[in-house]
Amino acid sequence: MLETRSRFEVTQRRQMAVDSGHGDSTGDWDGRWNHVRKFLERSGPFTHPDFEPSTESLQFLLETCKILVIGAGGLGCELLKNLALSGFRNIHVVDMDTIDVSNLNRQFLFRAKDVGRPKADVAADFVNSRIPGCSVVPHFKKIQDFDETFYKQFHIIVCGLDSIVARRWMNGMLMSLLSFDDGVLDPSSIIPLIDGGTEGFKGNARVILPGMTACIDCTLELYPPQINFPMCTIASMPRLPEHCIEYVRILLWPKEEPFGDGTALDGDNPEHIQWVFHKAQERASEFSITGVTYRLTQGVVKRIIPAVASTNAVIAAACAMEVFKIASSAYIPLNNYLVFNDVDGLYTYTFEAERKENCPACSQIAQDLRFPPSAKLQEVLEYLTENASLQMKSPAITATLEGKNKTLYLQTVASIEQRTRPNLSKTLKELGLVDGQELAVADVTTPQTVLFKLRFTT
Amino acid sequence: MADGSKGKSTKEQKYDRQLRLWGDHGQDALENAHVCVINATATGTELLKNLVLPGKCSIKQNIKSPDISRFQIFTPDKLLDNDPEFFHRFSLVIGVQLEESTCLRLGAVLWNAGVPFLACRTYGLVGYMRLAVREHTVIESHPDNALEDLRLDQPFTELKNHVQSYNLDNMEKKHHSHTPWIIIVAKYLEKWYNEHNFQLPKNYKEKESFRELIRNGILQNENGVPEDEENFEEAIKNVNTALNPTKVRILTLEIFDGEECKNITSQTPAFWIMARAVKEFVESEGGGNLPVRGTIPDMIADSEKFINLQNVYREKAMQDALLVAKHVESLLQSVGKVHVILLFFYHSKNAAFLRVVHCRSLADEYSVESLNKDEITSCMDSPDCEMVLYLMLRSIDRFHQQHSRYPGVYNYQVEEDIGKLKLCVNSLLQEYGLNVNVKDDYIHEFCRYGASEPHTVASFLGGCAAQEAIKIITHQFVPFNNTFIYNAMSQTSATFQL
Repeated sequence: MLETRSRFEVTQRRQMAVDSGHGDSTGDWDGRWNHVRKFLERSGPFTHPDFEPSTESLQFLLETCKILVIGAGGLGCELLKNLALSGFRNIHVVDMDTIDVSNLNRQFLFRAKDVGRPKADVAADFVNSRIPGCSVVPHFKKIQDFDETFYKQFHIIVCGLDSIVARRWMNGMLMSLLSFDDGVLDPSSIIPLIDGGTEGFKGNARVILPGMTACIDCTLELYPPQINFPMCTIASMPRLPEHCIEYVRILLWPKEEPFGDGTALDGDNPEHIQWVFHKAQERASEFSITGVTYRLTQGVVKRIIPAVASTNAVIAAACAMEVFKIASSAYIPLNNYLVFNDVDGLYTYTFEAERKENCPACSQIAQDLRFPPSAKLQEVLEYLTENASLQMKSPAITATLEGKNKTLYLQTVASIEQRTRPNLSKTLKELGLVDGQELAVADVTTPQTVLFKLRFTT
Repeated sequence: MADGSKGKSTKEQKYDRQLRLWGDHGQDALENAHVCVINATATGTELLKNLVLPGKCSIKQNIKSPDISRFQIFTPDKLLDNDPEFFHRFSLVIGVQLEESTCLRLGAVLWNAGVPFLACRTYGLVGYMRLAVREHTVIESHPDNALEDLRLDQPFTELKNHVQSYNLDNMEKKHHSHTPWIIIVAKYLEKWYNEHNFQLPKNYKEKESFRELIRNGILQNENGVPEDEENFEEAIKNVNTALNPTKVRILTLEIFDGEECKNITSQTPAFWIMARAVKEFVESEGGGNLPVRGTIPDMIADSEKFINLQNVYREKAMQDALLVAKHVESLLQSVGKVHVILLFFYHSKNAAFLRVVHCRSLADEYSVESLNKDEITSCMDSPDCEMVLYLMLRSIDRFHQQHSRYPGVYNYQVEEDIGKLKLCVNSLLQEYGLNVNVKDDYIHEFCRYGASEPHTVASFLGGCAAQEAIKIITHQFVPFNNTFIYNAMSQTSATFQL
């Protein structure tokens, strides 16, 4: 009887510790980390060649190892939970978004009452209060708001982003942290990047060791291109309900400005979507097109990607597993790409993505730009945006001419765009560029400027 | 299910991202099903989270707490002893981290009651799932990369007539350049037939010639330079798939050949009545083909031409659907079920993708006579195949049977248990007559695991299991058949039919 009661009390205490953060100063009750210890303190036949069983590894995880989680959404919530329950206690999380109702079907650290609050803050609060000893530091910011001094402090960075541009930026940032001694990569400057992505019932997880394995840009072609309908289809030859919606979004809204001058279309404003929906229906009936619904309208305007809890759980778990492997050296990490799909049964495919020899992000080789001297700057701009390996968004091109740094074209600042626009129709020769000239290109897809060498062709 | 005339309800907003995957009817099925989850361990709680988040409210969970006397009545073994019919009310029972004996007992009860059973387990860095269901039917399988159903090799009358209405040789440029590629291929196919004895282009060479034929149809300007006609480029690009012969997939033919499809009674479930109706259509009005799907991909064309062509396919699909419905009606009448509420709805786009999954019972998997020896031995030709992890799981269960504990739970046990576990492996292989080699490394590794349930693996498995549960409940998408193994060391997985 006594024994039963004391066991019950132990269970109760455990419950309290989990629920209210009580317990000793580290919050570690007996046996708390047993499931983790077995992998840190026991030798085994499949461990990493560098692995040595030790009781100190757990201390490293608990006290020293610093992890950065990028994104506190579908993947981020799962990642924070997995890392915290695996012994990681020094975690930072960055997310620039606030919570939306449509997040609640999978971003389980959030409740209806949290709608409107920053994801990073709410996620951190939840984990800190539920997992004793864990310290998640939130940053309600964009990744671009931080520089090397911030990123340098982490042992491992794991991303649950929803944009390829952001991934490439992160990728570029970690490349910029690499240091070389006489052309040899200094391993201590490598911060492993674990990247996860999901879409409906599909997902992928990859391990990137900057400077060593394939990086995001090495495999840019793996990402499917975004669907943008041709303007002539939208403007005069719609066939699908999507075309009708895009017509309203791209052409009608700027023309009619239904909610006031200069008011941009806000995909999160139901009144805006309502307006687009009705106008799209009108357009559709003009052409006898069926299928325009509110749901479709919102999906097209916001470029919504369907999402469920289960896929995010799977991919985040795979990513967290890799964080653990790398932090503990317990096993050889994934080398280096996992694809998952559970539409029909469950399918995984694991392969080694290869590094691209002349990858613009990680090859340390200045890229060649081959153009005849009679080519116009416009052609160079188009190449930078359309080439499959570069896929830049709005590149700014500068060159050193007569000892001075000259901006040839820059899109993102209106006044400079206006001033440099005439350059687009000038030839490279007219601009004073010579064979072998170095061009520096800045773009939102990378934190550092990319250097190109101009090679004149005949 | 308001379509936005007044904005969306909070629930619709909340579930928006998943409604786009399984629709409102799928969501309803999810919310109305009764699911039983046994054991809220790390894996169990992850699974529960992934079911509650998408809206599963009615979950009965049993927390195994043998320490606390007042909860003992809820252990699965006690229920199997006293009230096995407790489980009959559920649409799905999920057993997490069950002991082998409990699992088999529960499996037998559920198999006899016709209740689907999903067993899940995290053991060290290995995840395991086993689905046991006599028959699971899927109308909406949502195939990933289905080929279009264009009927270019066997155009139905209305399509033929519609193609006839075009005269490519006599069109203004703007109409010529905005004619849908389907029409173009159909037209040039007619030309080809005249020169090739009404045979479809069959091999690469012939398809190349056919592409050339189309290319030569591109308008030229005064200087003989071909104009920019994107619709012709599309036609050329699509020749490969457009000329695929229309036929019924093997998976569908297997369904037609099923016993339930042949013997319709008053007890026959809706799925089989529909399958039979589709089969009868194929054998009569369909002339060997399924009902027309009715969708076409987007293509370069002006609105009118595209919509008109799309409507030809749509109307045919609707006609065919009505004919299938007539077959359904007469089947129902023939078994005296005139006023039955059909719990499914027929969509022409699903007819080609019906699926049935039969997962063997646990009893069959475990019996020496019916064990799937071939599958196991052929997989073990690669000694590091995930199959070895399955054999290890069976072995540690054997160990537990003999020693009332799992191997290597405490550090001091690890060394010693390796030898004991090896004996279990050997006795397992011997009992089942499996002439395979299980590397010592795996025996050591499983002792190392010490029956741990690391959260990362539990979370991975909880995600997988939840989605399979949702598939069973909604009857959308196709569940696995029947054993899934996840190896977190190598981040690989495999599915076996055991």
